[in-house]
Formats: sequence, C-alpha cells, structure tokens
Amino acid sequence: MQGNEAMARGLVEHGCVVAASYPGTPASEILTSIDAWRKAEGVSMHVEWAVNEKVAFEIAYAASQAGLRAVTAMKQVGLNVASDPLMSAAYLGTVGGFVVISADDPGPHSSQTEQDSRLMAVQAKVPVLDPSSPAEAREMAGLAFHMSEEFQVPVMLRPTTRVCHACQDIVPEPVQDLGRKADFRKDPKRWAATPKFRYDLHLKLNETLARIAAYPPSAPRCHNPESLSRRAVVASGVSAAHAREVMNAAGLWDSCTFYQVLQPYPLHSAFVEKMHGYDEVLVLEETTGVIEMQLRDYRKVQGKLSGAVPEAGELLPETIEQILTRFAGRPQSELAQAAPAPGKRPTLCPGCPHRSSFYAIKKAVPKGIYTSDIGCYTLGINLGGVDTVLCMGASIGQAAGFYQAYRVTGEPCDIVATIGDSTFFHAGIPPLIDAVVQGARFVLVILDNTTTAMTGNQPTPSQGTPSGKGVDIASVVTGCGVEFCRSADPLNLPAFTALVKEALAFSRESGVAVVIAKSPCLVDKSVRQPRRPQAVVDATCTGCRHCTSQFECPALVFDPASGKVSVDVMICSGCGVCLEVCPVRAIGQKGENL
Amino acid sequence: MISQQLIISGVGGQGILFITRLLAETAIALGAQVLTSETHGMAQRGGIVISHLKIGDFSSPLVRPGHADGLIALKPGNVELHRSFLKPGGFIAANSGAVAAAPELAGLSAGIDADAISLQLGNPQSVNLIVLGCALSTGRLFCSREDLEGVIRRKLQHKPPLLEGALAALAAGAGS
Repeated sequence: MQGNEAMARGLVEHGCVVAASYPGTPASEILTSIDAWRKAEGVSMHVEWAVNEKVAFEIAYAASQAGLRAVTAMKQVGLNVASDPLMSAAYLGTVGGFVVISADDPGPHSSQTEQDSRLMAVQAKVPVLDPSSPAEAREMAGLAFHMSEEFQVPVMLRPTTRVCHACQDIVPEPVQDLGRKADFRKDPKRWAATPKFRYDLHLKLNETLARIAAYPPSAPRCHNPESLSRRAVVASGVSAAHAREVMNAAGLWDSCTFYQVLQPYPLHSAFVEKMHGYDEVLVLEETTGVIEMQLRDYRKVQGKLSGAVPEAGELLPETIEQILTRFAGRPQSELAQAAPAPGKRPTLCPGCPHRSSFYAIKKAVPKGIYTSDIGCYTLGINLGGVDTVLCMGASIGQAAGFYQAYRVTGEPCDIVATIGDSTFFHAGIPPLIDAVVQGARFVLVILDNTTTAMTGNQPTPSQGTPSGKGVDIASVVTGCGVEFCRSADPLNLPAFTALVKEALAFSRESGVAVVIAKSPCLVDKSVRQPRRPQAVVDATCTGCRHCTSQFECPALVFDPASGKVSVDVMICSGCGVCLEVCPVRAIGQKGENL
Repeated sequence: MISQQLIISGVGGQGILFITRLLAETAIALGAQVLTSETHGMAQRGGIVISHLKIGDFSSPLVRPGHADGLIALKPGNVELHRSFLKPGGFIAANSGAVAAAPELAGLSAGIDADAISLQLGNPQSVNLIVLGCALSTGRLFCSREDLEGVIRRKLQHKPPLLEGALAALAAGAGS
C-alpha cells in the first residue's frame, strides 16, 4: 500500500463520510484512494475533486459541523489557498472528526516551496501529527479523528513525500460504519461568531491546546527506555524512520536515548520538561525546526536553528547518518554520498499540445512577456515560452500587473499569459475579472487539455460529475466580460499561430483577448488517442537544430556524427507538428503501414 | 530472511513504478516486509525517475548511497548517474542500448539492448520487463523467475493480451 492509499484506508476504516481535495503532488493519490476504498467497501460517502483547496476545506468542514467525520487533503502550497478557513475553523472548532491532510515536499521534488505545514498548524493553533511511514499514517488517520472529536478542533495530519510515495506491506482492518446522520445544530454565537466572541473562542482554544499537550495517545515514544545515555535524539516524520535505521546499522542505541515525536505541535509539556534533564538534545525533523523551537533551553539543543542540521532541502538518511555519528561522538568515517545528479531535465511529452501552443505564441508574439502558471506547461520554460511562474493563477494577475506597469511608465508591451484549464478554474477567474475591470490588455491562452495532467489526470470542472453538469470555459470567460474568446487546436500549428496573432491585434487595441487551446492530453488514458504515423527526417536536413532548440521535442534528436536530426521511434507520438516547424521542410510522416 | 536493497532507475514513462510494485508484491508473496519509495509529479515528465526498494527489516524508505545490493537501469545513462548507490560488489542489470561497449557501462553484471528487443517484440512499452528479465539472469535478485511470473499472472489476469506481452518480455530479457 502506498502511503496515500494507507492514509485513505485509515480514514475510511474510521468512518469518514465526506472527503474533498484538490490534486497536488505528493497528496494527489489520497482522494483517488479514498474513492477506491469507498467503492471496494460499498460505503456511502461524498468524495469530490473540488475546484480549489479553499473550497475543498469548506465542503469537508461543513460536514464536520453537521456531526460527520470528514477530511480535506492537499499539498502544502494548497494549504496556503485554504489558510483562510483553516485559521477560522481552529477557533470555531469541530463536531464530527475533521482531519486536514497537508502533504509537505522537502527537496522540493515537485513544488514551488519547501514550506513546513506544521508552521501553519502553529499559526492556526491546531494540533498536527507527523507520520514516519505509510503504516503509521494509516494509524494516525484514526487517531486524528479521535482527537478532533475529543477536543473539538481540526487536526492536521502532515505526511511528507517520503511517506506519501513510500509503499509498505499493510494489512487493512475492517471499515466502521458509525451510522451517523447529518445533524447541524444551530449556534450562531459559535458558528457565526462576531469579534467579541472570537476573543472568548481564542481563550478556549488556548486551554484546549494545553490539554492536547498532555494527551497520552499522541505523546512522544521512547524507542530505547533502557538507555542511560545523557544524550537524547528527538526525531519526527520520516527523519525518525531514517534515524532508527541508521542507529541500528551503526550500533548507536547505547549512545543516545531515542524519542519519536508523533505530535510536533503542541509539543507535550511533560516531554519539554524531560528534555531539560539531558545534557545534549539533537532534533531531526523536516523542514523547519518546529520541535526545536518549542524546546526552550537552546543551550542544550542542536538542530536547524543551532546549525547542526541543514535548514533547507530533504533530510536524507546519509545526512542523518553523518549528523548522528558526530552527535554520538563516533569517529567520522568517509561516508558515501549520492553523486550529484544533473540528469535529464523534465520536458513536455512528445506530442504534447502545449509544446505546439508555446511554439505558436513565440512565433506570433516574438517580443512578448510570457507569464505562466503551475502545471505541466511550466515546462514551456524549455522552449523559451515561460518567463514567470509564481503561484496558482498568477499568470493572469501578473499579466495585468505588467500591463499596468508598462502603460503607466511609457509604452505598453505585448504580453501573453498561459494557464491550464484546471488552474484557470482554481485561481484564474478573479484576476481575469480584475483585468477586465481595470482595462488591462494582454493575450490569455488557456491551455485546455480537459484534465489536471501533471498530478495524474484528475478531472476538471469542465467535465462535470455524474450528479452535476460541466462548466464551459468559454462561457466563464465571456461571463467575465472578455470580448475576444476563440478556441482552436494547437496541433494545427499554422491556424493556431494565426489565431494568436489575431488575438494580439485585438488585445493591443481593446483589452484582454482569450484563446482556448483545446487538445487532449496524451497521457490521459480516459481519452482515446488516434494512432498517427510517426515523423521521419529526410536527407535534406541541414542540421540547423531549429527543431531541437526552438521546438524542443524529446523525440527529435541531433546526431553529432551525421550532423543531422533523427526521430526517436521509441517515443515519437506522430503529432506531426514538427513538419511545420522545420525551416527546410525536411520532416515528413511515415506511411500508414506503421 | 530475505534482505535486499535495490535501486531501479530510468526516465518518466518507462514503467519504473510498475516493476517496482511487481518486485514489492513478489517479496510480500515470499513473506518478506517491504518498503519502497517512488517518484511522482513533474519529475515524471521525461525526467529521471528513481525507485528505492527495500526488502527485509528496514524502517527508512530510502537506500543510502553505498548500500544497494543491485541497480536496475532502464536507460544506459542512468548507470553512471546512480552507480553511487551500489555497495562494493553490488550487481548492475542495465538496458545497454545499441552501444554495449560504452565506457560508462563498464562493470555491468548483465546488459541487454532492451530498446531493440522491445521493437522486435512489437511492444516498445516492454523495456522495463526486458531489463527485469535481464536482472533475473544475473541470479542475484531476491526472487526467481517463477516467483515473478506468478505475480505478473495475478496482476494481469483480467488483461490477457497485456499478460502475454509481459511474460514474453520477461522471457526475452531473461534470455530464453
């Protein structure tokens, strides 16, 4: 079972009824797995991909207010989007167990930041649990529901990539049916509290936190209580798993007393006192020193704040091995380190319609500023089609911002924003309204592949659901007041390039022009892909490498020996776009016999 | 008790996750504890993908450099990239591509031109299983070919054409 599947299993086993999420690595498989367990067990649940994390949070929170067990799951930057309801929900509290899963990505492997969601839990004043393995993540899902109901607060479960995407042999337990019915008890003083009452709620929350800091089931665990060492190692999350294995391998169990913290915030008060009794304490955690900050006697404590542990990047087992042996006073042997791996940079897939869109944009608007967004198409950076990536939806806000900055100080410039269909629904609509209202002028290309591709092809709102209808992107765009909105398939490169030029002409004169680049994702298995003949390069190739540098398709490979480009038949999808890209038209397509 | 740490490496789209889970399920079928770590997200888009697989009594999902018993590489270039995970004497089974004698491939326990074989089989998606078959041929994998075939049969029992292709690829890689 993958960590995400295991957490999902734990939630369903403990009677979760409502689950809402927005996809984001490493959290994406949680909701899919909840739905799979729901089907397999035949339980009645509402499971949804929400339009964004804030909405997902609110959907699940309302179920908790109505007395049901509910979960919302997201990646760490998704929690930024949901932070508004999180802060408030901590004050108002819960009725049914409410678990907020925020998956962190130290490294980062697939994220904009390495932020530590546990700091968000500190800010919101909600307890947070830090699993060290898939099996523990499953157990903690149940613990989180119990804590949430016992203390009437949301409980955060904070796995990291190495828990979410680790797999472990786990035996499932039976699913409980709690038999609860939705039953919202009106209490406006609580559920719609005005600032005066919020002060009281804040006082109450502080008292609750003090009680949670003495809750036995989530207290730190000592793995070698027989140890008489005056040194303590305190670890949480996957760092604890790495550290235990290193302690085994290096025979360090007599050299330090080892504690695993399950609940990094609020840290158990008795544990904080106990740490004062040690001569030295080493804290191993990802990504910020959240536990370390709560150990008040800094003179004894080594960790991220003291400089003993790196403050950025993933805490790998080989790094932990070095830190632990040094802390235990063992001689430092030359430890093997992974070779720095520049490796292959990620690229858009061969035949990806986004590649064609970016090529057309560069042709049609060669001197433009290209703002872009979060998704596979961020990889348009390889083609020189992406100048900025900030956060979900920012391509549109930044395009409007650049327009205003250039306009107010001189000549307006050409600007093209690119945003995916799912990202547009998630956070693109308010900035589009703002752009229209403020008279901003730019071209917005919505890359509509009818899926959330990067995270594993989750659906977007345009497809609807079995119980609700789809929302049409063009209708949303025109509803926002945009007067130029046209759709075309970017794989037809000449026609699509002409449309972007037309949109540019409109935007220079009149305002925002929207082009919807509509073409399905090639890795979306729910869409049947036509089999198309692969490209072949003939002898007239001049080796100018325009196709490899400007179009950057991984299936086009320059061979230094022959001085020509050839097609990698293992990966060419036969999209045929490169035929239009080659300046000397040396690329053709194989016969239909393929 | 079986104890083995493996690194499986390639690029996105080659089916690294599939063979990692296949090996993990085989280990579970043999009664062993398993931990794996996978790559997801943007890195999968044509980038380097690496799986860690640990069979036996381990708590960390990651293999430390210098501790892997074996490296299974689905791309020739990945041998050099991930060789540092191997312990002294660890085995390497790799897709050596058309240039079997490239210097970076020195020290291979077993190499195979899996790209060419997959095209011969008419199944370009089967490079992963061909190289896995090649790993079996070293005789140093924790499991036997029969063990693996049993799990493949169970996983693909409802997809007969895929099952046939998978078994053929494994056999081609194992050299029979």
